[in-house]
Amino acid sequence: MRYSGFKVIKEALTGHKGWQPAWRDPQPKSHYDIIIIGGGGHGLATAHYLASIYGETNVAVIEKGWIGGGNVGRNTTIIRSNYLLDGNEPFYEFSLKLWEGLEQDVNYNAMVSQRGIMNLIHSDAQRDAFIRRGNAMMLNGADAELLDEDQIRAEYPFLNFNDARFPIKGGLAQRRGGTVRHDAVAWGYARSADSRGVDIIQNCEVTGFRIENGTCLGVETSKGFIGAKRIGCAVAGNSGRVMGMAGMRLPIESHVLQAFVSEGLKPVLPGVITFGAGHFYVSQSDKGGLVFGGDLDGYNSYAQRGNLPVVEDVCEGGMAIMPMIGRARLLRMWGGIMDMSMDGSPIIDRTHIDGLYFNGGWCYGGFKATPASGYAFAHLLARDEPHETATAYRFDRFRTGHMIDEKGMGNQPNLH
Amino acid sequence: MIINHPLLGPRDSAEFVYMGDAALIDRPDPDTASPEDWHDYAYLRDNPAGEHRELWFHEGGDRSWLVVTRNTVTHEISKVELARDVARARGRST
Repeated sequence: MRYSGFKVIKEALTGHKGWQPAWRDPQPKSHYDIIIIGGGGHGLATAHYLASIYGETNVAVIEKGWIGGGNVGRNTTIIRSNYLLDGNEPFYEFSLKLWEGLEQDVNYNAMVSQRGIMNLIHSDAQRDAFIRRGNAMMLNGADAELLDEDQIRAEYPFLNFNDARFPIKGGLAQRRGGTVRHDAVAWGYARSADSRGVDIIQNCEVTGFRIENGTCLGVETSKGFIGAKRIGCAVAGNSGRVMGMAGMRLPIESHVLQAFVSEGLKPVLPGVITFGAGHFYVSQSDKGGLVFGGDLDGYNSYAQRGNLPVVEDVCEGGMAIMPMIGRARLLRMWGGIMDMSMDGSPIIDRTHIDGLYFNGGWCYGGFKATPASGYAFAHLLARDEPHETATAYRFDRFRTGHMIDEKGMGNQPNLH
Repeated sequence: MIINHPLLGPRDSAEFVYMGDAALIDRPDPDTASPEDWHDYAYLRDNPAGEHRELWFHEGGDRSWLVVTRNTVTHEISKVELARDVARARGRST
């Protein structure tokens, strides 16, 4: 069933009796060509591109809870491609291009809104760094625009321009960046993959791998053994746990990141703003809530909830650039588990076990990467070679010294 | 989180800086370690869901390093030791 404006009107006039479930609820078969562990954004996107681009339809996505219940349902919904390094920027620009065509591709309203993202500048050194980054973005085909203080004042008059410590001196804008209705991304990909024959199996937890003579033959699950020629793992914060069942240690620590939403307000914030002197980012959802976040809590965690010192730190960041945020009441806050890698960049690669592939290490930037991550992982699973935009995302880069460290922090995951 | 410092008593975790897995104490011997040993030491982590021994530095306090045993699922802290004592017990001289 295709969704369309005509269909919505027809159903409105006939009592909404014609809608059907957006995906099936199948029992697992005994064997698939490809199994994807993890029914989040990246896993479901992988299934969609496997089926739609690479013709692989004998595919299962297995998910221990319900689809979209992890980080794709917990992020701050921002999309952008404003990275500096060559290993990253082409990949994220590819992702932004896929976002631009996503809704037509999957026939699902994901509310992709290219409302623009603005990284604020507070010092001369930061302006130099942002000019360099903007140039790197443009060299890779992305858009970037350097704005001075007056231009930002015209767009965002309510910001705290004259803060004694962190005055706003300019900004780097990416107009094609924006926000996306995050849950709809998971649902849209799920519906599209399902309609092409992919089995999405929920409430099915992987409890182990069957590995013989260095080859992975399938997964043990709470619904029994499921065999597959190739198995891809895309489980974000649980990467260490799942790959540990295959005997692997990863260059990843799991950390908790909190996010916040205020009560619904009238439209006040047209785009996405980031604070350059601290760590704070904010946008306004279509329902009116201010959606914002900041730093990791900074310690290993699988708890999906954080602690109060970071709540205070995030709110201080908000007050520093946007004092009017202090008048809004906080409605909800929550935590998600980030797969923080050792250089702040992801991994999409084979493992040393034949037939077992890994997608993870997204740190807290996984949402914007969802389409390209799925595309590149599908490419790897279908062709057994890396996608052209993801050739740098290898496990062995830590061994060979080819780290992709945007922030230059070294192997300290809580600083990326 | 409250960290029960062995010398100073209960302190707010916000006074501390977090370093990571306490296995970082077990630095390979520079005279005998292979590049592979260094790779594993510097980049690979157990990253357990459950009990985790980890290094915290009391930057906003007495600047001691602690080994904190904390559950990564519940955030419950069950044990706090001076990293100095832990390192000596493992045979490190400094």
